[in-house]
Amino acid sequence: MLRKIGEHEITENGAVVRMGDASFPVPFSGGLEYSSPARGTWNIVHTGMLIPEVHEIFVCAASCLRGVVLTAAEMNALDRFSTVEVKENNLLDGNLEELLIDGVSDIINKLEKRPPAVLVYTSCVHHFTGCDWGVMFGTLRERFPDIDIVDCYMNPTLRKSGLTPDQIMRRQLYALLKPRKINSNAVAIIGNDLPTKENSDLYKILKSSGLKIHEITSCKTYAEYQEMAESALYFTYYPAAKAGGDTLAKRLGGKHIYLPYSWDYDEIIHSLEHVKNEIIKNRTNDVLCNRLNSNNISENTITDNENGEKINNKEDNNSADKIKENTEKTKETTTAELYKNEIALCEKAFEKALAMIGDTPIAIDYTFCPRPISVAKMLLTHGFNVKRIYLDSFTGEEKADYEFLKDYYPDLELYATVNVKSRFMASCNSSMSRDSDDQIQNNTGELGENKDFRSKWLAIGQKAAYFLNTNYFVNIVEGGGMFGFEAIIDTLELMRDAFVNIKDMRSLVQIKGLGCGNCCNG
Amino acid sequence: MKQTSGFISTYSADAFGVCSALYELGGMIVMHDASGCNSTYTTHDEPRWYDMDSMVYISGLTEVEAIMGDDSKLINDVVTAAEELNPKFIAIVGTTIPAMTGFDADAAAKVIEERTGIPAFGFSTTGMKSYVHGASLAFEMLADRFVKEPDNKSLQEKVNFDVYAENQNKKTCTNTGANSDENTNRNIDRSTVSVTKQKINILGLTPLDFSVNGSDRSIKEYYESKGYEILSSWAMGSTLEDIKKAAEADLNIVVSETGIKAAKKLKEKYGIPYKIGIPVGGIDIDVTEEYETKGEKNNNKNNNNDEKFSPNNLLEEQRNNTEQTTKILILGERVNVLSLAKYLHEKTGKTCLGYATTDSDEDEIIKVISSLDELQMIIADPLFKPVIKLAAKQNGKVNTEKIKFVDYPHEAFSGRIYRKDIPNIVEDVPFKRFV
Repeated sequence: MLRKIGEHEITENGAVVRMGDASFPVPFSGGLEYSSPARGTWNIVHTGMLIPEVHEIFVCAASCLRGVVLTAAEMNALDRFSTVEVKENNLLDGNLEELLIDGVSDIINKLEKRPPAVLVYTSCVHHFTGCDWGVMFGTLRERFPDIDIVDCYMNPTLRKSGLTPDQIMRRQLYALLKPRKINSNAVAIIGNDLPTKENSDLYKILKSSGLKIHEITSCKTYAEYQEMAESALYFTYYPAAKAGGDTLAKRLGGKHIYLPYSWDYDEIIHSLEHVKNEIIKNRTNDVLCNRLNSNNISENTITDNENGEKINNKEDNNSADKIKENTEKTKETTTAELYKNEIALCEKAFEKALAMIGDTPIAIDYTFCPRPISVAKMLLTHGFNVKRIYLDSFTGEEKADYEFLKDYYPDLELYATVNVKSRFMASCNSSMSRDSDDQIQNNTGELGENKDFRSKWLAIGQKAAYFLNTNYFVNIVEGGGMFGFEAIIDTLELMRDAFVNIKDMRSLVQIKGLGCGNCCNG
Repeated sequence: MKQTSGFISTYSADAFGVCSALYELGGMIVMHDASGCNSTYTTHDEPRWYDMDSMVYISGLTEVEAIMGDDSKLINDVVTAAEELNPKFIAIVGTTIPAMTGFDADAAAKVIEERTGIPAFGFSTTGMKSYVHGASLAFEMLADRFVKEPDNKSLQEKVNFDVYAENQNKKTCTNTGANSDENTNRNIDRSTVSVTKQKINILGLTPLDFSVNGSDRSIKEYYESKGYEILSSWAMGSTLEDIKKAAEADLNIVVSETGIKAAKKLKEKYGIPYKIGIPVGGIDIDVTEEYETKGEKNNNKNNNNDEKFSPNNLLEEQRNNTEQTTKILILGERVNVLSLAKYLHEKTGKTCLGYATTDSDEDEIIKVISSLDELQMIIADPLFKPVIKLAAKQNGKVNTEKIKFVDYPHEAFSGRIYRKDIPNIVEDVPFKRFV
């Protein structure tokens, strides 16, 4: 039984399912949807603002504008944000194109400073009324030839018709990049809201290869953003960015490499090997191209081995075959050892975290990272007491982990986050996990010193924290820019920290766009 | 036709007004929407979301359902959820795409009511009007569908008060005896006079206009201190059962524009008179005349497109009726700004103009400000600040440096951003704060 509303008892039936009974990819039946107060994930306003100096203009009805306007206001970014309000008469008169063109023009003309680019967001009504995008955006581009104007979309009604609005936003985020000469020494990590951690394996490999790394999160100017177009390789590791990566590489001529976020050692190694091989291939191709383009290669090229040491390839051994051979040799001798070390570090981190956290019940939710099932599997197989996962569906990438957990951990509980009954889960847990100030003071982090501690939930992710009403939680969304072995090690450290340092969950989870920089506390 | 807001926020929408009005009453409220309406409403427009359970959901409308006109999924999902949750009523709230595809909210509600036996209502909101419209519809529905005919005992008490008041010649409120004849016709015994407290309802209370800073309680305490008995407050701090008894009241107090339709419905059905105004600073403020003679004209402008009711004309009309030019301009919800303007005028002697912005776009507001050459102060939500600069661009006489901007946050405009700073204008002394 979940709780009572008046005289009526509500059970958890339908809102929770055993892993062993869960169907793939949707373990719950659909229906009306609830929206929890946990708001840390980014929306299309936050994401669009990643492009430096751009101005966003949303063209929609008041109900749709309300959320995006206040997102911008909470980011202190209203000076980069405007709206054109669609009203009933526009639908009746069929003049949505005219409204968009006139409205956007009016706003641009009123701006004190001419922006280098404008993101114009249309909404569901434009699609349903059959608006002519060619007319709308063609006219605007003619009127404002000095401004890059790109079409963006807020059309949730179409969320199950092809790409989701999130996927489209991550594609359009790079639609403003203009083709330029590709620099074989430059790569870009794209599609992330949060910057890739510099200690992540991906970043370390790229850096140690002497590559110039572009990422939108570090761009300070629009010109700097445009430099991303020089990249020879585009890396994505956030699933919603994959489609955008394909489009971008096709349009600009680079190569897109998708690396699935995972906590599985083999899958991580596979991804990191993929990165290294693509770097080598890229360099090899570059050398070959250079040879084809010039019979007199006079410059030395610089590459590196797996330890990040620079190898200066003289002109006389500068052929693609030599480089490849050289790299392969280095690789054979160092790779296995390197990964062995990384795995050993992870195992040590698991031991350390387990010693502290013990059998404290753990819950994970899908906002923490793109692969919560992978995280659960790894924690469970290392002795952690993962009891619950909060999600509403599985992604295709999670099939193998799903099968594993279904077979080996059938009693693991899956909880829906949007089910009508989810509304009452948090409040029914209010007496279960809420800590008194005294208890907070007493927590030392040493297992056994405080017996009460062991009855608490440790949540990994905001929604799990909210639903379990616990102040012990890892406050990370969208993977937090972590990738590879370091994602495991860093998360375990964050879990240790969350176990001993209480957070103001109520305040923290209600902030929109965690990590967007300017967001205020609601 | 630009309908642009280059630099300011937008008011909460009609669908959210319905949700806010019905939030505390134990019903299940379903916005027929794809996604986004629920998170917007619960994040920015519903300060009770974290602490007070309520059954507000979205239908999760998809493109295929919209194009095919498939209402059966919505109906089935609502029926399934209602069987699980057993709400006291069900509200089906329209949004933009259903409005576009001609979704019949009333018909869907009727089918749902037949299948569940639970009272169900459709709201043909479009997501294209302000929260005032939606909350007004919701309160009007309560008046129409839930308020019960007063029983003879209640009517007897009403008559008793009227007779007592006549005898004492101390009627304290407007038209309290409006339905005396009607009561007499229902064989009420007027011979036995035992005085009871005059009963009132407070209409138009939502956090969108009053936040959750105790204003609702202060309004009730104010009237209680004046000897009234409060039957219900629509709809903060009252149950659906309280509201059902509202027809026993002698008077309705309307504290925001969202309560006007309900007040009129209760007057029409039960002859209960109403008074409009907020007791700002603990003073009895009555803006019924101002609202009905000027505010409503302005309110109709969107319906008949009659230029003579434009905001500018409203402004001129008020200015012509005053000896001085406007010194203080208050922007916000209509009843609120009229009440505050009246209070400040009484306290300062200065000409104060309350201008309702809930139906105005940025250009209209700029036009109003730029027409006030002698303006000294603007009292408005902080997110209105940029319009002063824009007004100065339109009218060189508008001196941005001379105009003092006083923050007066309004939840329906800036959401949760300045919630901590929203004043309780009943208990606080706005005179000190604003002047």
